[in-house]
Amino acid sequence: MFAYIVRRLAVAIPTILILVVISFLLMYSAPGGPFNSERPLPPEVLANLEAKYGLDQPMWRQMISYVWGVVTQFDFGPSFQYTDRSVNDVIAQGFPVTLTYGLWSAFAALVVGVSLGVAAAVRQNSVLDYLAVGITIGAQALPNFVMAPILVLVFTLWLGWLPGGGWNGGQWEYVVMPVIALSTSYMASIARITRSSMLEVLNSNFIRTAQAKGLPMRRVILRHALKPALLPVLSYLGPAMVGMITGSVVVDIIFSTGGIGQFFVNSAFNRDYAVIMGITLLVGVLTITFNLLVDILYAWIDPKIRY
Amino acid sequence: MKLAQPDAKMLEEVGQLAEVRGRSLWADARARFFRNKAALAGLVVLILIFIFAMFGGLIAQYERDFVDFSLMGANAYRGVPSIETGHYFGVDIDGRDLYARTVQGTRISLLVGIVGALVAVFVGTLYGATAGYVGGRVDNIMMRTVDVLMSIPFMFVLILMLVIFGRSILMLFIGIGLISWLDMARIARGQTLTIKNKEFVEAAVATGVKPLTIILRHVVPNLLGIVIVYATLLVPQMIIFESFISYLGLGVQEPNTSLGALMSLGTKQMNNGTLWMLFYPLFFFLITLFAFFFVGDGLRDALDPKDR
Repeated sequence: MFAYIVRRLAVAIPTILILVVISFLLMYSAPGGPFNSERPLPPEVLANLEAKYGLDQPMWRQMISYVWGVVTQFDFGPSFQYTDRSVNDVIAQGFPVTLTYGLWSAFAALVVGVSLGVAAAVRQNSVLDYLAVGITIGAQALPNFVMAPILVLVFTLWLGWLPGGGWNGGQWEYVVMPVIALSTSYMASIARITRSSMLEVLNSNFIRTAQAKGLPMRRVILRHALKPALLPVLSYLGPAMVGMITGSVVVDIIFSTGGIGQFFVNSAFNRDYAVIMGITLLVGVLTITFNLLVDILYAWIDPKIRY
Repeated sequence: MKLAQPDAKMLEEVGQLAEVRGRSLWADARARFFRNKAALAGLVVLILIFIFAMFGGLIAQYERDFVDFSLMGANAYRGVPSIETGHYFGVDIDGRDLYARTVQGTRISLLVGIVGALVAVFVGTLYGATAGYVGGRVDNIMMRTVDVLMSIPFMFVLILMLVIFGRSILMLFIGIGLISWLDMARIARGQTLTIKNKEFVEAAVATGVKPLTIILRHVVPNLLGIVIVYATLLVPQMIIFESFISYLGLGVQEPNTSLGALMSLGTKQMNNGTLWMLFYPLFFFLITLFAFFFVGDGLRDALDPKDR
């Protein structure tokens, strides 16, 4: 087990390095710099600015000094756009927001998705089953940038129950709609995965044995069937996590929640290299860490897996 | 003792028996597919959508980039969908005919989905089959590369690329091509591992067939079933992916459009009572996705029946 974790870590670190190199190269090959605007700066001023931010150095030097700063001091450098703030400040402001509604979304998607999937599988071919399958297909197809405005239309403009945007320190009224918008399609996927794996497990011999022993159905499902049936869900959590981080861009824009997604898009349009790099790296590291955790958890739970 | 003479009739019967042909895997799959009502309905809808995307423009009364200035500021009530004005789906916020634009958007969305799936089929299958067939260290390196690429948040990298290199359909295709093949490579590899120990591959190796020929002639054809299933299921994913990019304004650029871009424009006008601007593109988006889902599921049941 320990060797497995070490081996996985040995893959994770080069992955992060590759991510740094890719985004750095992309950024470096971009035409136009952060200081190009409609009114061109005098060349001396430009040269001074570039010297200040180290942009006059050769490419490999910029890259090495950047990576060095990140690794040794956790320093992503200054933001070019928000001159009074560093990238760390931007991330420190946006990330807790994203993390809050991201975690709630993951929680909601898991709980609702698994319950729906189990219920549909236990009552296969019933009205409930068809309803669940119908809902999940619909929820998978409806993009969140269509769903979110519809939620705003219904809950804010028609019913007036929830505020249409903002964050306000994460009060629950402000969190509800972002969480619904972000979690629904993953909830649907989890429900589908749970349903089909649950059906498979319910048809296996050990479940028949448990039933033959006279155990109540409830106990059979909770104690015997649920754990093996959840393994595919576990392995889906990695991609779901990536999708949620991506989806947070839309949620941030529509609900003006001020998470990192909003900063990412703004910086991308403003060529604020440092912020983009910082966020891309953060997201990459998160993704890799999460995938690592899921894999370790999987290896720990599933006795069949060889590592 | 006299042996029964085979009379003419009997011979004929035997002849007919011989003519009963063995059913191939594909014939079986086709039969299973056509028994599946949902999948069949999906296929019909899909064909209708294709016809709409290809030939729907012929009955459009307006060019898709024609701005009807007479409707300016009044399209909330004068631009409503109607047969008489020739704006079957109404007009969009700029006074352009939404029908013509929906036809074009559907075409682009389908194109994006299909290009993504094709890249996945070609690159992913060959990559996965090669990795699985060759095995050993090559396999290890190739699949580790896929692992590494998969854990990169591609949407962010793609947004970067679109911002840096400019927004164009070509760039979008490159971005989609970069990610779509990864899953397929894994699936193809897994399947190849089971195929490569079969007797017919062994026979090919024994008769001295070159590895590349074995992969192309003996391994890949046996992957086709599962590849087709996943390619079909990949198309809606790619369409959703594109709609996301278009929502951010980074996808297909005006005057071209896609269903994602149209829906995004539609959602912004929702409060003005012009719900048709969202409704028509959304309708075509959803039925396209549903059709692909159902056809994909039907194909999976037909080609990969071990599940049920």
